[in-house]
Amino acid sequence: MSLVVDNKSAVTQNLLDQLQKKSSKIAFMPDAEIVSAIRLLEDKGIPNNKHEDYKYCNIEAVLRKEFKSVEQSFNELTNADIAPLKIDEAINLVVVNGVYNEDLSEKMIVKGLTVNSLNQLSSSEKALLCSQAKSDTDALIALNTAFSANGLFLQIDRNNIIPMPLHVIYVNSGHTNIVTNTRSFINVQANAQVTLVESFYNIGSAKVFSNFVSEKFVGENAKLTCHTFQNEGAFSYSVNTNQVKINKYSNYSNTTMTLSGELVRNNHNVVLADSNCEAHLNGLFISNGTQQIDNHTLIDHQMPHCESNELYKGIAKDKSVGTFNGKIFVRKDAQKTNAYQSSKNILMSDDATINTKPQLEIYADDVKCSHGTSTGKIDTEALFYLKARGIGEESARKLLLQAFAQELIDKIEIPSLQERVLHLFEKAL
Amino acid sequence: MISIKNLHASIGDKEILRGINLEVKAGEVHAIMGPNGSGKSTLSSVLAGREDYDVTEGEVIFNGKNLLDLSTEDRAREGLFLAFQYPIEIPGVSNINFLRTALNEIRAYHGQEEMAAKDFLALVKEKSKLVELDAKLASRSVNEGFSGGEKKRNEIFQMAMLNPKLAILDETDSGLDIDALRIVATGVNKLKSKDNATIVITHYQRLLDYIVPDFVHILYKGRIVKSGGKELALEMEAKGYDEIKKEFEIAD
Repeated sequence: MSLVVDNKSAVTQNLLDQLQKKSSKIAFMPDAEIVSAIRLLEDKGIPNNKHEDYKYCNIEAVLRKEFKSVEQSFNELTNADIAPLKIDEAINLVVVNGVYNEDLSEKMIVKGLTVNSLNQLSSSEKALLCSQAKSDTDALIALNTAFSANGLFLQIDRNNIIPMPLHVIYVNSGHTNIVTNTRSFINVQANAQVTLVESFYNIGSAKVFSNFVSEKFVGENAKLTCHTFQNEGAFSYSVNTNQVKINKYSNYSNTTMTLSGELVRNNHNVVLADSNCEAHLNGLFISNGTQQIDNHTLIDHQMPHCESNELYKGIAKDKSVGTFNGKIFVRKDAQKTNAYQSSKNILMSDDATINTKPQLEIYADDVKCSHGTSTGKIDTEALFYLKARGIGEESARKLLLQAFAQELIDKIEIPSLQERVLHLFEKAL
Repeated sequence: MISIKNLHASIGDKEILRGINLEVKAGEVHAIMGPNGSGKSTLSSVLAGREDYDVTEGEVIFNGKNLLDLSTEDRAREGLFLAFQYPIEIPGVSNINFLRTALNEIRAYHGQEEMAAKDFLALVKEKSKLVELDAKLASRSVNEGFSGGEKKRNEIFQMAMLNPKLAILDETDSGLDIDALRIVATGVNKLKSKDNATIVITHYQRLLDYIVPDFVHILYKGRIVKSGGKELALEMEAKGYDEIKKEFEIAD
């Protein structure tokens, strides 16, 4: 199994040629990063299933099959398009085809909150950009860095608690097949707190390859609570990379709900860079048809007295494929680490597939780590019990699947979002 | 109420029920006793519709319908209730939601409208008192973290809520201390009427002190080998099953 594809493939070449023709120069990305991004793409190419990390998720094949020609003919969206995607309880911010759209976003003056385009970064903020999403590590980060649109910058200044959730609606819409490289940069400074919802949609019936990269920084004693809501539909192929760095005494959590999308690959990489911080990653997906849902997580414990928890659940129907690949690093200095990981899956058909790969790499000697994974069919004893009380086969199944998912749905603290998730989840059952 | 004729059932190649005949009329309480492995739980599973068993011969008529043709859920909707020997824990499904779904699906089957939330909650309150079930347990996940006694009380609570025509209590006394046994039995007795019937399946006579049967049947090696009044249970308790075993030893 080779980790490196020696020469970039014709697919990568074709993509680069087309994107280079259509893209303007990116002024806000550090020049050196763009150079190294292009170099990595030239060397390695877009990963295919020969790449260990993309074994079950052949991005190259998707580009070859579905995105041979990329016109980059984008649709303009209006308030009427965005209105149904909003969350009432939140400040709604809108990013269209990778570009932060101030006109469609709600304007509200909140103390300590900065919302801006990436090209408005100050020089000190610019220095942080790409520091977590290094373009020499991953071809999709490189692709994003080289062709990033003018994405979103969010900052919570130190000592500020944002009283309502922030909701970023990332929406793509093409007239013909498009490739978007959406970028966001979220900086929660020391002692600040915020709840962030990131929703992903695709409007229209043109195919979209969405390559999203978000860098998130959580400062000392700060708290960032994230909900990721993915409902991009049957015409969407997306890779979503979160590169997160959290600091001393900080708390980061993310709950990812994947409800639709033909291919959804989530890379969630969290560095616990200092002591006494905690990270919680949760995920739920339900897949049907020929969907592929692939959750990759990397938790990097670098310093002592930190905690991480992961709980991922999936329900795979029809011929869909679900993957969970979770790696936990516990570095030499990360003594007294508590790291837990669990992945539970239900196969609803004989043609559905679940791949799971938990990995622990521990270099410290005084730690508590565990991982568990289970994949099975629906519990027939429980099913019989429900039916023996007069509940029909269909409703009994639904009750059990909902029960399976409930502890994750309960983690969504925003009522209208929880309702939206529940509604879509029930529809997908 | 229910008429079982020459019922044979197997699991895999093993025949467990070898010709059961039993007639239960409305208003009656029947006890089925027998040593371990005699087929007591198989009988209740087959009647409730558990798919692990193959019925190879015989028929069961329940309220004029061929029970064996009905799905598990339709048997329940027709008024058959099985109190499980080992109630299943279902994390994430609340008792209330579970019962509301069950009750409304049964009502829909009979062409009745859904029960109003207010009436449903009043019913929950009334029926949970019957088995002294803590109101908090009603809102928890089905049987999750319940003690053995709480699980059995929850079975009877469900029975009270669904108001079946025929209740089969499968070893409901197993694992119960004397107080829980008394509560469960009192609950069952209060639910008894001239329109419904109860089959009590048990290994021990103890439960029958509280739920007094009209008829007692001894099941051995898949057949009812002896039937009688309530005194038969006492006789079994006194003599043990060894005598029955000797008397009715059937070559495999």
